[in-house]
Amino acid sequence: MEEHFQHLYQALSQVDGYIYPNEIDLHWGLMIVLYPYITGLVAGAFILASLERVFHVKVLKPTYGLALLTALAFLVVATMPLVSHLQHPLRSYEIFMTPNPTSAMAIFGFVYLWYLMAVLLLEIWFDYRRDFVIWSKTSKGFKKLFYQLITLGINDTDEKSAKLDDRLGYFITVIGIPSAFLLHGYVGFIFGSIKANPWWSTVLMPIIFLFSAMVSGVALVMLIYMVVSWIRKVDIDMKCLDTIARYLLFILIIDFTLESLDQIHRIYEAEESFDIISVLVSGKLNITLLVMQVALGTIIPLIVLGLFQFYKPSEKVRKFFYFLIGGMVLVGIFFMRWNVVIGGQLFSKSLSGFTSFKTVYSGMEGSVMAAVWLILPLFILAFLLWLMPPWKKISYNE
Amino acid sequence: MGTNRISNNRRKFFKASAALIGGTFAISIMKPLGLMAQTDSDDNTNEKDKFPLWGMGVDIEKCVGCGKCAEACKIENDVPKEPFYFRTWIEQYTVKNDGEVKIESPNGGIGGLNQSVPDEDIFKSFMVPKLCNHCTNAPCVQACPVGATYISPEGVVLVDDSYCIGCSYCIQACPYGARFMNPVTKAADKCTFCYHRISEGLQPACVEVCPTDARIFGDLRDKKSDLVKFLQENPTEILKPHLNTKSRVFYNGLSSEVR
Repeated sequence: MEEHFQHLYQALSQVDGYIYPNEIDLHWGLMIVLYPYITGLVAGAFILASLERVFHVKVLKPTYGLALLTALAFLVVATMPLVSHLQHPLRSYEIFMTPNPTSAMAIFGFVYLWYLMAVLLLEIWFDYRRDFVIWSKTSKGFKKLFYQLITLGINDTDEKSAKLDDRLGYFITVIGIPSAFLLHGYVGFIFGSIKANPWWSTVLMPIIFLFSAMVSGVALVMLIYMVVSWIRKVDIDMKCLDTIARYLLFILIIDFTLESLDQIHRIYEAEESFDIISVLVSGKLNITLLVMQVALGTIIPLIVLGLFQFYKPSEKVRKFFYFLIGGMVLVGIFFMRWNVVIGGQLFSKSLSGFTSFKTVYSGMEGSVMAAVWLILPLFILAFLLWLMPPWKKISYNE
Repeated sequence: MGTNRISNNRRKFFKASAALIGGTFAISIMKPLGLMAQTDSDDNTNEKDKFPLWGMGVDIEKCVGCGKCAEACKIENDVPKEPFYFRTWIEQYTVKNDGEVKIESPNGGIGGLNQSVPDEDIFKSFMVPKLCNHCTNAPCVQACPVGATYISPEGVVLVDDSYCIGCSYCIQACPYGARFMNPVTKAADKCTFCYHRISEGLQPACVEVCPTDARIFGDLRDKKSDLVKFLQENPTEILKPHLNTKSRVFYNGLSSEVR
């Protein structure tokens, strides 16, 4: 606690203008930046997978299984930063036991569970069930045991059962698309519904979160597809990669348009909060917003991906740029979350001053912990890919 | 036709899963429904009329910025002494001749507020005591995911610190900066109108110690109370009325600089 006080005394000495005395401490730190970031990656990856499944974009086939498993790996971790930031993490189950029906945060718990249990796990299960049965006969040890258990005793492998799996899987994907929209739109609503905070309170927040989620999820799957292909030493399907990049461009255009609309609206209306917000954007957030989010994460990717639609350099060059752009977009969206979560707390609700935020390395809210939550899903994904490699699936319709 | 399409063990599996999911869902939905039922009976107006409806008036013209209220509050309610935790505080507004507004509240005004602007530069200056506004439409109560913060039958916004999960969502939702995370209880904390005192017929600590009677506490339902008289005789205003919080702390002499 002494360390926390010291930290606060330091922040107190850096207050600029007037803030309410209770506002010196930023109550939501790095963990709450991660939470919408990770949830967004999940929703985005799932929507990319759905494109193949529901909208029959067959060229995306190589990334379908990968996108689903990526979504699962990140979804499992999504709530960890949330729970770890609670002052009483052991009471977190109360959100499910006595949810307050008017609270956006309480309802998120159910949306999350619905998405994990009813959508993602079921879709993956229907997609893999037949393969689990077949693999359980050919493998040994832990894998065999896992495959046997996970089939839940349904061992049909004939055409008819495969067709049924496919039909049910398709049905779940159809439900899954609005669910993924709901999942991340809801995260946006958690911020957008706070009328006390003019930086958050915009009706566009859920939809901005949704499209930025799609941007980050698509970029992540693109990167993972490239990395996994290199590790497996197989050729990257350039048609698939080009298509993902094209979708990334389209969604990025929508996302950029929405965010610009939001800012233009703010500037034009110039409400009570405008003065403090313009100082926030040009001052405290100039690097994270203007450089990281807008220039690095949006404008440069838009130019490069846009250029590739008209002029196609060699595969090698394209791969290099796709990799680079994917990384930049992921960094850009991370800072978009940062600008929302941290930015929204830097200025006082008295609209008369600023507090400051400094990331710490250690502790539950520190950057080391944040790195753990970002890297852990990659390990989970590696495990999932080892356990149920999408490229070893026996597709009945091929 | 079902038997043709779905084999028996699969049918059993679907049945079992449906029962499991349905059961879980039913149990999880029972509790919130029970709560809603409770709220319904609370809404019964006759029932509520039996209770007082607490509110506070603040007379800005009377406040001298001595800070006794903020100090008494910390002592009475075991609020940590560090200058980051306040259930109530006093803001000193100074409008300078050039139109610039300076707002200060060092240590929440505890120890008294001193004017830092030279007299000749001052256009006007005044003190504004702040506290939880005990909103009728409390955004914090709406936001709390577990219902740990609630409005008592007397209209006081309270926190159950044994139930609060410490997510800070209520702190984000409060437009007045009236809430903080208590480092000792690790739960959200805020002004309770000294609920333990008012339940015994006493005044809140801040009202009790105010040397100039700048704070007027009372029952909004009691037409003879000092508070109702204060509201009748003065043009009062609430803070941030555009947010529709319908707060129950009323200010007399509120200047437009105050937010």
